[in-house]
Amino acid sequence: MTATGGDRAAAVPVLEVDGVGLSFSGRTILDDVTFEIRRGEFTGLIGSNGVGKTTLLRIILGLQRPDTGEVRVLGQPLAKRNRSLGYVPQKVELDADVPIRARDLVALGLDGHRLGFARRTREQRDLVEEMLHAVDAEAFADSRIGRLSGGEQQRVLIAYALISKPELLLLDEPLANLDPKSVQEIVALLHRVATDNGVAILLSAHEMNALLPVMDRIVYVTGGRAASGTTEEVVRSEVLSRLYGHHVDVLRLHGRVLVVAEPGGTAADDLPAHATVTVD
Amino acid sequence: MHVLFEPGLLSSGPVRTAAALGAVVAIVSAVVGVFTVVRSQSFAGHALTDVATTGGAGATLVGVSPLAGFLGGSVIGAGAMDAIGVQRVRSRDLATGIVLGAATGLSALFLYLETTRSATTGVTQQILFGSIFTVDPSTVPVVAVLGAATLLVIAAIRRPLTLSSVSSEVASATGISVRGIGLAFMVALAVSVGLTSIAIGSILSTALLIGPAATAIRLTRTMRASVLLACALGVATTWLGILLAYDSFYWDASSQGLPVSFFIVSITFAGYLVTGIPAVRRRVELRWRRGGTVRARTSAPIAAGG
Repeated sequence: MTATGGDRAAAVPVLEVDGVGLSFSGRTILDDVTFEIRRGEFTGLIGSNGVGKTTLLRIILGLQRPDTGEVRVLGQPLAKRNRSLGYVPQKVELDADVPIRARDLVALGLDGHRLGFARRTREQRDLVEEMLHAVDAEAFADSRIGRLSGGEQQRVLIAYALISKPELLLLDEPLANLDPKSVQEIVALLHRVATDNGVAILLSAHEMNALLPVMDRIVYVTGGRAASGTTEEVVRSEVLSRLYGHHVDVLRLHGRVLVVAEPGGTAADDLPAHATVTVD
Repeated sequence: MHVLFEPGLLSSGPVRTAAALGAVVAIVSAVVGVFTVVRSQSFAGHALTDVATTGGAGATLVGVSPLAGFLGGSVIGAGAMDAIGVQRVRSRDLATGIVLGAATGLSALFLYLETTRSATTGVTQQILFGSIFTVDPSTVPVVAVLGAATLLVIAAIRRPLTLSSVSSEVASATGISVRGIGLAFMVALAVSVGLTSIAIGSILSTALLIGPAATAIRLTRTMRASVLLACALGVATTWLGILLAYDSFYWDASSQGLPVSFFIVSITFAGYLVTGIPAVRRRVELRWRRGGTVRARTSAPIAAGG
């Protein structure tokens, strides 16, 4: 990359989500969602289940077209095959016996989209080893994917996504169903990826506390609408109350954040009105 | 040796044709079968055998070669299943079931018409359960060419196919047309079923498709190893079946000999059962692990550098 190219890459946001809206049979899923992510930034896409986080990720990946608005990656509109994006699903459902090892999946990150008979080169095999090492997955590199724990599977999926050297890594609820220790480990790993390798990270989660120490930016979604900024800017009673459409309290306790939605709130939320909401 | 190899076995033309044909269909079935099992499409594979039956029965009725009928039936069936929605996991069983039901009804009609019109009851037996000893030798090259083409297609799509078996979301995110790859695989599966039908009968072709593959997957850790072992098991099973069926002519003077398909299916089933015994699996896994560590140790400098 030339110096000018590098400067431009630094100046242009890795991801721009610009007024994205989507309705589905009369129901609004996303309403004018706007935010951007810069190089190496760790962004949490926070919201309870069913608020449209997965849909938003699918739109960014180009798997779904929005009704309104636009998504740009490195200043370019979405192309069908975008190697600048890496995607990590929550988990993969495979039988324990399916003969695909962790290292086989990581290698598919290099050539899984290619047709043809080419054998893998030594450089490619080196890179697979390097990635397995980077996510600390060497111990179970030869195990079948269906036999890995949730945390182990996440590491392997992250290595799979990183091997193609993306600028932006999208992760769909990677911390759900993980034990607290694995949550810590995965968050630390992703933080390292963002700071050391300059890969921007957009991670969806229904709870933000594990991410508070590492998040540069938060995109808080509820009822299809989103607010974005730093945690201090967004996770405040006024901002979230406006977003929810009814009064919401934000409590800070021992460095943890608790968002409490008013009982009997009028916002079209998927949560039961009496619940202590969203972010434990 | 005479206990196993009855006189005239290797000099018999039909046996040689059967051995060649059997090896080709066993290999194609094994390769396609491993992906079928990994993709959890065994039911679709079975349904295609029913559509192949319809094609084979229909072809015999109008005097066309049964191979063309088998192939035509299963490929059209694969198209129909794709159109109804075999790609979506949720509607997959439904699509499969509907096509299967319709096809079986037609088969019943065709086979009925055939037996009533031509008074050859053997046809039903031949279509459903195979006739590897009576196959015309000129069929073998046709089967070999189609089989090779199928293997080439599978080899070319193997990586996107594997990735979309792991996760269709992840695969689509890389720009793969999951639907296109799935359709290509269904066609390969259909051709494999059609080819196998001519050898061991349409109904029993599922056994050769799923059996060796499922057994191999139990015993191996990589797709490549599964495919190779499945091929070896498939060919061994088929040849042993042919051998036993040939021998069975001599077991009882009054008998006509027992059908090859019966032996192939029984051996396949026995193999699957034996490898399912925990003690057997542990033994194999242990050997694998030991082999793995030895390999890792000897190739460590290479692994570190490549």
